[in-house]
Amino acid sequence: MSQKMITAKPKAASSTPRPRWQRVARRFARRPMAVTGLILVVGFVLFAILGPILLTDPNQQDFTAILQTPSFAHLLGTDDLGRDVFARIANGARVSLMAGVMSTALALIIGITIGLITGFYRGWVDVVVMRIVDVMLAFPFLIFAVGLAAILGASLTNVIIALAVSQVPEVIRIARGEAMAIREQEFVSGAVADGARDGTIMFRYIAPNAMSAFIVQATVAIPAAIIGESTLSFLGLGVQPPMSSWGIMLTSAQQYLAQAPYLALFPGIAIALTALGFNLLGDGLRDVLDPKETR
Amino acid sequence: MSEQPVLEVSNLVKHFQSGSRLGGGRTVVRAVDGVDLTIGRGEILGLVGESGSGKSTVGSCIARLTQPSSGTIRLLGRDISTLSRREMRPLRSEVHVVFQDPYSSLNPRMTVGQIVTEPLRQHRRGTRAERNRIVSDMLERTGLSLELVGRFPHELSGGQRQRVALARALVLGPSLVIADEPVSALDVSVQASILNVILDLQIDLGFSCLFITHDLSVVEFISDRIAVMYLGKIVETATRAELFRDPQHPYTQALLSAAPTADPSSARGRERIILSGDLPSPTEEISGCPFHARCPVAIDRCTNEVPLLLGVTGPDHQSACHLVTAENGAPLINQGDKNLVHNAS
Repeated sequence: MSQKMITAKPKAASSTPRPRWQRVARRFARRPMAVTGLILVVGFVLFAILGPILLTDPNQQDFTAILQTPSFAHLLGTDDLGRDVFARIANGARVSLMAGVMSTALALIIGITIGLITGFYRGWVDVVVMRIVDVMLAFPFLIFAVGLAAILGASLTNVIIALAVSQVPEVIRIARGEAMAIREQEFVSGAVADGARDGTIMFRYIAPNAMSAFIVQATVAIPAAIIGESTLSFLGLGVQPPMSSWGIMLTSAQQYLAQAPYLALFPGIAIALTALGFNLLGDGLRDVLDPKETR
Repeated sequence: MSEQPVLEVSNLVKHFQSGSRLGGGRTVVRAVDGVDLTIGRGEILGLVGESGSGKSTVGSCIARLTQPSSGTIRLLGRDISTLSRREMRPLRSEVHVVFQDPYSSLNPRMTVGQIVTEPLRQHRRGTRAERNRIVSDMLERTGLSLELVGRFPHELSGGQRQRVALARALVLGPSLVIADEPVSALDVSVQASILNVILDLQIDLGFSCLFITHDLSVVEFISDRIAVMYLGKIVETATRAELFRDPQHPYTQALLSAAPTADPSSARGRERIILSGDLPSPTEEISGCPFHARCPVAIDRCTNEVPLLLGVTGPDHQSACHLVTAENGAPLINQGDKNLVHNAS
């Protein structure tokens, strides 16, 4: 707490305020948890990009060295076909991160747009959309994704689409709730009195004020989508061998849990750290982007 | 006053439906029940009434934030009561609103500069540099330091926020400003400074103003003319001096007698009229004068016949009461026989 006192800067010290993004960046840098999250996320992204280039071939099998414990030759050991686990985690990071981030981004774009429109206009549009959403929400997230992936066919693109569509109903609900609450505030009436168009009101007035809810949703949804991808792949509805993902590694390690528990441990740690990274980053962004937060 | 009034409202009605559409218990709230108003160029009309009298609904109908049920609203001679939102858009530069609560009327995610620029953006006025100049000018006129341009609303005091709201309302140079209880949420000391800013700006910019409030001392300070509203209807309208000198409608008399005075010696000699009962529910239909149930001097005619808003003693002083006559003037309500409390402490 005493740190707060020291870092608190005298208000209105400079007459020329810095650009907004600079102030935001400074506030972000002052939050160790947020920075940790950023490092984790950026670290995994770099790992996913550079790992497969720098490390050994993730598909190279070495039957003289199967199910080895971690060593200098194989940092995280080898799997049942003698493949290097570290290289495979780097390779799997591409699929896992892509599936997690892309599907969530897609779901947010679609869900926020529909949710804001229904929450803003209400009326019969709202009734129709929300009944459809209710039906979709009646299915558990994964069952819905599995069904969709089965219809679409197995490929990374289809996995992303299936995961995105299954996330959309939840996003619609959140965006609609926010839109309904925020549109009752007087500054929205003020915008109407200005002569603002409906689109302007939705995306300039309502959406920014709902930002924290969306960020929280994203940080929860990305790890869930990564796990969702692993389930789809496990069922044979996701990426196909020899492509790999953390989920595939995790599920194939199941058979060897007794002999080689680290096979499940390392992809598990990778998923957990990624989830943690996105969560910390999301929390930090939510606080820093809120103008009321001055620290 | 031969020139065209800025605002002419006639027989404005706003009924809200409440209750479920399926269930039989559907009730109608008569928020505004036939209101006539005229505001001349550069005039400040104070609209007073207790809470629930429908004064804010009148304001939001005129700003077309609420769709009126019936009646006409003429803004600069043009009937805007039935325009669609699209048709209304270009006219929005002529009428703007200042809301009561400066804490929810400013977008918390925008800086002061952005907030005041917004109306200019919506109406595509000027280049970026011109807009900045207009906005700086407006902030200065409302008494805000230019250092505040980059601040967010939560960093400002209530009075500063209300100045921002005022700057935003005036930045397009509207003919009419609807101020809906703009000072009720503020400290008394801040109220005075905001009222002075409004008066100064009114002289400089010449806009007309519908000033909605429940505070008599505020209307007395700011208005040229006053309209008193009761239960969705206007019961009396007159110039400020005339209304305070000779309140005719029994409700106005009671209202004025209830206002606290700063001077105890004058308060001592004054009789305070305390009305019995509450404002009736606006969901029930009342026959006759809306005030008859609480009126100390009501006669049989009051319960049967709706009084019209007429200028009995002069065209500029209209009241809706059967008992006001050209010969005898207004009824004296402290001589009524209903359970009144005479307070001559």
